[in-house]
Amino acid sequence: MTSPLRARGRAWVFGDEINTDDMYPGFAMKLPVEEAAQHMFDATRPGWPKLVEPGDIVVAGRNFGLGSSRACAELFVHLGISCLVAEQYNSLFHRNALNYGLPALTVPDARTLIDEGDVLDIDAAAGLLRNETRGTEHHIEPLPAFVVELIAGGGLINRLEAAGFLDRNDATTGGNT
Amino acid sequence: MPETIIERILARAAGLDTVQPGQIVTCDVDMTVVIDVQFAHDRLADVRAVHDPDKVAVVLDHAVPAPTPRDAGHGAKARAFVAKHGIDRFYDVGRHGIVHQVIAEQGLVLPGTVVCCTDSHTCAGGALNSAARGLGPLEILQMLCTGRTWYRVPPTIRYELTGTKPAHVNGKDIFLTISGRYGDATDHALEFGGPGLASVPMSDRRTIATQGAEIGADFTLFPCDALTEEFLADVAPGTDYTRSDPDPDAAYADLRTLDLGAVEPMVALPGTVINNAVPLSGLDRTRIDQAFIGSCANGQLADLEVAARVVAGRKVAPGVRLIVTPASQQVYLEAVRRGYVSTLVEAGAVVTNSTCGACFGYHMGVLAPGEVCVTSSTRNFRGRMGSTEAQVYMASPATVAASALTGYIAGPDQVAEVAA
Ligand code: SF4
Repeated sequence: MTSPLRARGRAWVFGDEINTDDMYPGFAMKLPVEEAAQHMFDATRPGWPKLVEPGDIVVAGRNFGLGSSRACAELFVHLGISCLVAEQYNSLFHRNALNYGLPALTVPDARTLIDEGDVLDIDAAAGLLRNETRGTEHHIEPLPAFVVELIAGGGLINRLEAAGFLDRNDATTGGNT
Repeated sequence: MPETIIERILARAAGLDTVQPGQIVTCDVDMTVVIDVQFAHDRLADVRAVHDPDKVAVVLDHAVPAPTPRDAGHGAKARAFVAKHGIDRFYDVGRHGIVHQVIAEQGLVLPGTVVCCTDSHTCAGGALNSAARGLGPLEILQMLCTGRTWYRVPPTIRYELTGTKPAHVNGKDIFLTISGRYGDATDHALEFGGPGLASVPMSDRRTIATQGAEIGADFTLFPCDALTEEFLADVAPGTDYTRSDPDPDAAYADLRTLDLGAVEPMVALPGTVINNAVPLSGLDRTRIDQAFIGSCANGQLADLEVAARVVAGRKVAPGVRLIVTPASQQVYLEAVRRGYVSTLVEAGAVVTNSTCGACFGYHMGVLAPGEVCVTSSTRNFRGRMGSTEAQVYMASPATVAASALTGYIAGPDQVAEVAA
């Protein structure tokens, strides 16, 4: 599982209109990223970050990520989430995820195809979703070529560094590299 | 090809003759705005050269004056950043205010321009006929470096306004009527127009445009009319701009008519504004602990004026906190000069420094478990203003001010019910 465009892990299924304040509570903005990540979904799924294993996949319904520009994707990356699958995204949230190097796929019938706990194997570039638990395989809309390139390159920060716009700084990373 | 407002602006910014909904275009950004909290998350300090310092503004708003050492550090980083890159448009503590208010009153949002900031309510600039939206911190970083970004041209939903806005109706009531009736507008642009628009003042347009983010709209746009020109003559005298009005035969994803004369005061119930707003007249008696007037949506001078008028000569109900946060230093000063601040304080309100503060549950007015708040701010998500066990209702400044007097969610005409 070396490419960031390939993901394999257990599915966590969320509902419609999951908002950014639920993912990244206001008070958690006072904390370093590692600590803030431990407060994801405090309001609706307290304790969830403790249950996440590296590689896990977050599945959601419509209008996923409604709300602010706070860097929720960075928290997901921090917890080891390898991929997002949603029936529909808020565009600000969606772009944030891709820029942090987190593949975020749109699957209009996601919650019909996936139950919580199912083990999924996803190829985001090819547009293939295998539900290993159910033994099913689905063709889904692959990420557009320019997004594939962005994620394969480790996200926007790496790209800006490579283009010489940013001084290199190993203390922080912007993507999942 | 006939164009909607957003199609017209994005085509120009992309250097194209015409664009289609769904098309991905790369645009020059006219104004990139950086806020204090962004200095927490990314690599701003590592930027070698800002593409064009004249197209950048830095505004400190979310947590000023700093409530924590961490926030103080963001201010320090901001000061270093503007010094390093020679950015003149820097609104430090003392010249500060909520970013969307500050950039509008400084004349940095102009018709036909592309404006971007990390804050999701940047769509406020659509009231001034600008393709303004929020994008994430990394994209702002990219814009600082390259001066460009990409957009997917959204399909447009048009609201044709008819009738005349009643004096007691606020932009908040118009917005909640729409969000309650039509639900979300994910991935769409909203466009307002029609014969009723002339009766909607700029302050109400700004409230509506700001709130577009709450229903997932990418942009919320108004045409450039006489009221826009009047506003701009005040904040940006002598500045050239390109009006970007829609063509009469532009193609819309949906066309909805709204009779302003029929809009009544509205309240959003806790959680979301999407399909979750009711007329105030139909709301069960709802006791409150806190009433908040502020934010980029409703902390404008007009909002403070209404609040002062409602509470003048009366007292905030026992057990209720009324918190009023002017949207900028400029608004604050004018509210002092006009006597609104003394009227509010005499009534028992707390008038705070201009900041985002209570709106995002960060400082100066957060809620305890079990408390109930009625707010004129932008968001009523669970946990938004403090405890996840608090309830946040949303309404206009007039309704919030009246509620502070009665102790339950009420309109100004119900204030007479309680002893003055
Ligand atoms: S006032 Fe609230 S909604 Fe507006 S910019 Fe500040 S935090 Fe965001």
